[in-house]
Amino acid sequence: MSDKLGEVIEASTAEFTAECYELYSAPALGSLVKTSDGDVQIYGVVYNTTTESMDPGRRPIARGKHEKDASDIYRSSPQLSVLFRTNFQALVIGHKITDDVNRYLPPRPARIHSFVCELDEGEIKDFMLSLDFLYILASTPIVGSNDEVVAACLRNVSKVQDDSRAFLLKAGKELAVLLSAEPHRLEAILRRIRP
Amino acid sequence: MTEDRLGIVVAGSLTAGLEVKLDSSASVEDMAVGRYVVIEGQKSSLFGMITDISLDAANQQMAITPPNVSDPFIAEVVSGTAVFGKIKVRPELYMGSDAISLLDGPQPVKTVPSHYSKVRSATEADMERIFGAEGAKHFYVGNPLDMEIKVCLNLEEFVKRSNGVFGKSGTGKTFLTRILLSGIIQKDIATSLIFDMHSEYGWEGTSEHSKKVKGLKQLLQSKLAVFTLDEENARRRKVSADYIVEIGYDEIEPQDVEMLAQTLNLTQPACEAVYQFAREFGDGKWLASALALEGGEETRGLLDRLNIHESTYRNLRRGLDKLSRLPFLTGHARDNSVKRILEYLERGVSVVLEFGRYTDIVAYILVANLLTRRIYDRYRERTERAMGSDGVQPQPLVITIEEAHKFLNPQVANQTIFGTIAREMRKYNVTLLVVDQRPSGIDEEVMSQFGTKATYLLDNERDVDNVLMGVSGKSELRTVISKLENKQQTLIFGHALPLPVVIKTREYGSAESYQEFGFADAAALKRKAEQDKEELW
Repeated sequence: MSDKLGEVIEASTAEFTAECYELYSAPALGSLVKTSDGDVQIYGVVYNTTTESMDPGRRPIARGKHEKDASDIYRSSPQLSVLFRTNFQALVIGHKITDDVNRYLPPRPARIHSFVCELDEGEIKDFMLSLDFLYILASTPIVGSNDEVVAACLRNVSKVQDDSRAFLLKAGKELAVLLSAEPHRLEAILRRIRP
Repeated sequence: MTEDRLGIVVAGSLTAGLEVKLDSSASVEDMAVGRYVVIEGQKSSLFGMITDISLDAANQQMAITPPNVSDPFIAEVVSGTAVFGKIKVRPELYMGSDAISLLDGPQPVKTVPSHYSKVRSATEADMERIFGAEGAKHFYVGNPLDMEIKVCLNLEEFVKRSNGVFGKSGTGKTFLTRILLSGIIQKDIATSLIFDMHSEYGWEGTSEHSKKVKGLKQLLQSKLAVFTLDEENARRRKVSADYIVEIGYDEIEPQDVEMLAQTLNLTQPACEAVYQFAREFGDGKWLASALALEGGEETRGLLDRLNIHESTYRNLRRGLDKLSRLPFLTGHARDNSVKRILEYLERGVSVVLEFGRYTDIVAYILVANLLTRRIYDRYRERTERAMGSDGVQPQPLVITIEEAHKFLNPQVANQTIFGTIAREMRKYNVTLLVVDQRPSGIDEEVMSQFGTKATYLLDNERDVDNVLMGVSGKSELRTVISKLENKQQTLIFGHALPLPVVIKTREYGSAESYQEFGFADAAALKRKAEQDKEELW
C-alpha cells in the first residue's frame, strides 16, 4: 500500500479508528480512505479527527506566553510532537472483494494495524459510479453531524469528476429521495455542496 | 426510446385513470391535456390520453417552507425528486406484443399496467398504428396536437349511426362538417341531404376572416346538386342553383303544422283543428281550403259543425297566414320539388338545400320536417323491400341539420321525424349529422344514440354534460373540452375512431388544401382532358 497515512488501532464492522504516523497529518474531513481485512479492501469516509496526549493522565498545558509564533513552541520543546498523536475515525461505506466494488458493509471489520491510505483518483471514480453509499453516510449515527460529512465527502469527490456539476446534481437528487421526509436537512446539505 | 420517457405509473385504476409521476427530465410545462402517451407494461403496451396535470411534493413541508429555489442548483435538484409533476392518464387501448395481438390491432383496454411501468410520449408511428392510414374508407380529418400525423375517421362506421358536431359559435363546426361531408360524398360512402340554413355549404362559404372558401358544389361537381328556396338570393350571390324549390300547399300535411305549433304559437286545440280540417277537406287540399275560408256565415257553419271554437280558429288562422306568407310555399307549384329531391338522392347525388333569405325558423322547421318525413317513408319502404327480396339496400343517406335543438329538444324529440331517425333509422340506412351550438337543448335519449361526436369548445356546463352523455371517463373528457382552443381544435370520440382524440381540423380553404382532398381544380382537369385527347389520337 503506497502513501500510507497510519494504521488501524480500533475497528468495528461499521467504523474504524486509525492513528496517523505524523502528527496533524490526518486526511481532510470527508476524504475516502481504505484499509483491509486480508483480501477485502474496506472503504471509509473520514468523519472525525482528534489530536490528544499519548498519556491520557497528562493533559497539555499552555506554553506559548513568551513565544511570538505558535510553531516556536514546538521548536523550543521538540519532545511535544512525540507526546501527542493524531487519530482519525472513518465510517465504513463499502468494500472491494477481488474486483467487485460493493457499497455496503464488509463481512468482517478491518484488522488492527492494517495500513490506511487515501483512495486515488481512479478508485474514487470507480466507487462513485453508484451513490448507494449515501444511505449509510446520511443515516449512521456518528460523532458530529452526518450532514457535514456528507457535504464534505461530496465536495471532495466532485473535484475528481469530469463533470463535477453533473455529479453533484446526481448526488443531490439521490439525497432528495433519501431525505424526502426531512426537507430542511436536504436543503442544508445542498447549500453546502452547490458548485 | 429513453429520450422521450416521461415517468412511471405510480397509482390509479381503470375507471379513475392512472397516475404517472413525471421524471425530473420531463417538465410539466411540456405536458398538455389531450396529448397521448404509451405505457409500456411487462406484457403489453397501453395507449392513453393525458387528462389532468398536477404538482405534488414528497413532503408537505416542501409546500409550507419551500427551499431556496433562487439557487439554480437547489432548484434543479429538488425538481422531479422532492417536488414533482404528475399526470393523469386515461388508458384507452391495449396493444399486445405477441404476433396474434399485432394482427388484431389495438383493442379496448381491460386492465391497467403494473406498478412503475414506464410511460413515454406517443410517437408518430404509434399514432399511425392506431388511427390508420388514409384509404377507401378512412378519411383524414385533422392532426393530433403537436403532431404531423393524420387522424383518420372510418367513414363507413361513421355513417352507420347518427353523429353530432357541437361547439360554440365561430369555433369551426361548419368547417368540420364541410370536410366530413366532402369525404363522405367523394368516397361514395353515402349521399347527403344538407339543410343549409345559412347558405354555407352549397357554392361557397366564408371563413372567420371573411375569406371565401369553396363550397361542396365547387369540389364535388356532379356528385352534388344545389337546390334553393330563394332564387333571387341565389342569383344575387351569382350562384347557379340546380333547382328552385317550390312547395305546393298540397304537400303540407297536418303533422307539419303540428311540428310548428311552438314556433307559430298554436294552441293544442288549434293543432287538433288542423287534423279536423284535413279530414273535412281531404289530405292534399286542406291548407288551400282553410286559407280560402272567408269568415262569413259559411265559415261559422263549418266551425260549428266541426265543433271548433272561434278563438281556436283565429289562433290557427294566424298561424296558417304566417305560413302562407313564405314565398316558396305556393298554391300551385311548378313541379313536385319533394319528388325531385328524392330522385336526386336515389340517383346517388347529394343535395344541398339552401334557404337563402328565409332563415326564419318557421321555414327551416317546415321544410326540414316535410322533406325528412318523405325521405323516411321512402327509405323505409326501399329497405324493407330489399330485405324481402334480397335486393340491394339503398345507399346510406346522411341528413345534415343545423340548429338541431329545434327538432330534437326533449319536448318534440318524441314526435319529430328527426327523433325517430336518430333513434332507429340506422336500420333503414338513414342517419343524421347534427350541427348545433347548444347541445343541452337536445334530448338526452337522442344524444346517447349518437355514434360519433365532435365537440369544439363549450363553456356551458350543461352543454358539456349532454355531449358526454353515456361516455365513460366523463370527468376527464370534460377537462379536455374546457381546455380546447377557441378555434379549430376539436375533441372527436365515438364509433368511427378507436379512441377519443383532440385534433386540429385539417386545412380547408387554400388551393393546396383542395388538392389534398383529391379535388383537382378546373384548370388541371382541363389539362388532363386535353392530354387524354392527345393520347387517344
